[in-house]
Amino acid sequence: MRKILSVADIVTESENRHCTISEIVIEREQKLHEAGRKEIWDRMAGLWEIMKQSMVTAERNPARSLSGLVGEENKLLVEYMKTKGTLAGEGTVQAAARAMGVAALNASMGKIVACPTAGSCGIVPAVLLTTAEKTGAGKEKIIAALFTAAGIGMVIDENASTSGAEGGCQVECGAASCMAAAAAVELAGGAPAQAAHAGAIALKSVIGLVCDPVAGLVEVPCVKRNAIGAGNALLAADMALAGIKSIIPLDEVIGAAAQVGRIMPDSLKETAEGGLAATPIAREIARRLGVTK
Amino acid sequence: MTIKSVFDIIGPVMIGPSSSHTAGAARIGRMARSILGEEPKSAQIYLYGSFAKTYKGHGTDRALIGGLMGMDADDSNIKTAPELAAKHGLDVEIRTGTGLEGTHPNTVHIYLTGVSGRKVFVGGSSVGGGNVLVSRINDFDVAVQGRYPTLLVEHTDIPGMVGRITTILGGSGINIAEMRTARNEKGAGAFTVIQTDQPVTEKVVTGIAGLPDIITVSKILPFREVI
Repeated sequence: MRKILSVADIVTESENRHCTISEIVIEREQKLHEAGRKEIWDRMAGLWEIMKQSMVTAERNPARSLSGLVGEENKLLVEYMKTKGTLAGEGTVQAAARAMGVAALNASMGKIVACPTAGSCGIVPAVLLTTAEKTGAGKEKIIAALFTAAGIGMVIDENASTSGAEGGCQVECGAASCMAAAAAVELAGGAPAQAAHAGAIALKSVIGLVCDPVAGLVEVPCVKRNAIGAGNALLAADMALAGIKSIIPLDEVIGAAAQVGRIMPDSLKETAEGGLAATPIAREIARRLGVTK
Repeated sequence: MTIKSVFDIIGPVMIGPSSSHTAGAARIGRMARSILGEEPKSAQIYLYGSFAKTYKGHGTDRALIGGLMGMDADDSNIKTAPELAAKHGLDVEIRTGTGLEGTHPNTVHIYLTGVSGRKVFVGGSSVGGGNVLVSRINDFDVAVQGRYPTLLVEHTDIPGMVGRITTILGGSGINIAEMRTARNEKGAGAFTVIQTDQPVTEKVVTGIAGLPDIITVSKILPFREVI
């Protein structure tokens, strides 16, 4: 069984066979598990149900995080959208609200699906649900799009990483945004090459993003970066669907992110020793929470 | 190198906020409960490194207690586990410690007492992505990850013990994936950890417990694949 080495391989194969990226990813997964299509499909469908549930819970029963730093972002943004309208457009704002809701649910010990990590769990579900509402795509198409997201995520994981401790936030919220952008293009009926361009544009825009959580907690700035990751994904998907191409192909963007991750200092990789975590207010919060003295 | 699955990228289903500080902690707690082999009555938990610094904000304490009560990493009751433990009469004390230089930053030591008075010490670490490693059980150095069904046997260090144990396993059609025996001094107690491909049945546990020179037998169920 060969590893998925590049996005280019997947795109070429899907173009040759006139199928979607998700189809290639599902077939590979079938071979890997020696399992039937239904078994794999049902497992992903189960994950989507939990993702949907996490978005519902986040909106109906918002809870504050254990530290109290986050928890009402979804509610505020939805209220604002309903009463005052938006600048960025309803779809973008709705997706951002959902992404923050799920990320805050994670921070309040709610049940989520790591995608690719717990800290970036809001982006993919928020983008896919919002895109499906806009395009009228049904559940089957959303589940297929999740396979596309996972396929792109696997290439990132193989060639870079999907751990903030190894590569910074660019491979957590950045990876999620890249996965979501590519999946949204497929969900909207775009071509495989367009999906890859969307992923490339999304990841390029956040390459170098450091992992600098205040007091070491998955709250600040993680929750808001889920919102920006969702908005970034939708905009990148729109650009790709409009025919805008990424000059740097996705595989090379992933390679660049891997290189940036390698030279990124440890203080900016989840250790809470640099970046936003080292600001005076963050140090004060860490002391107040008893994390540091 | 293992080939990744799409479900390594999307998944696991877990209670947040952190795969290492929450999901991994729940798994260590659940493994400690299995190692004790009975309902725990009291637990003294010592947290080290990053666990000690950030446990409140990550709910590490709640996850460990939930695990001690038998909860999986995706059990929504983890959030209120301390309250549930109090109701069930499980007495828990959480302390933070220092001085474990050289060990993994997310390390926990658990002193557990069961309803029958049985005591066990479990030392483990959460090594990332929800994966865990139990590295100490009582006086013995071990390496248990909980990915396979695992049988733990404490016995006298005499010739033929391992053979008698593996005969019972083989007789029940259970294949050994990995096995390790540790002892502290020649002829004293020894500890054998056997990871198997098939689930370890109660019949096997009883059979091994019935052998001469066996001190304790317990088993750890592998982590349930969620969804």
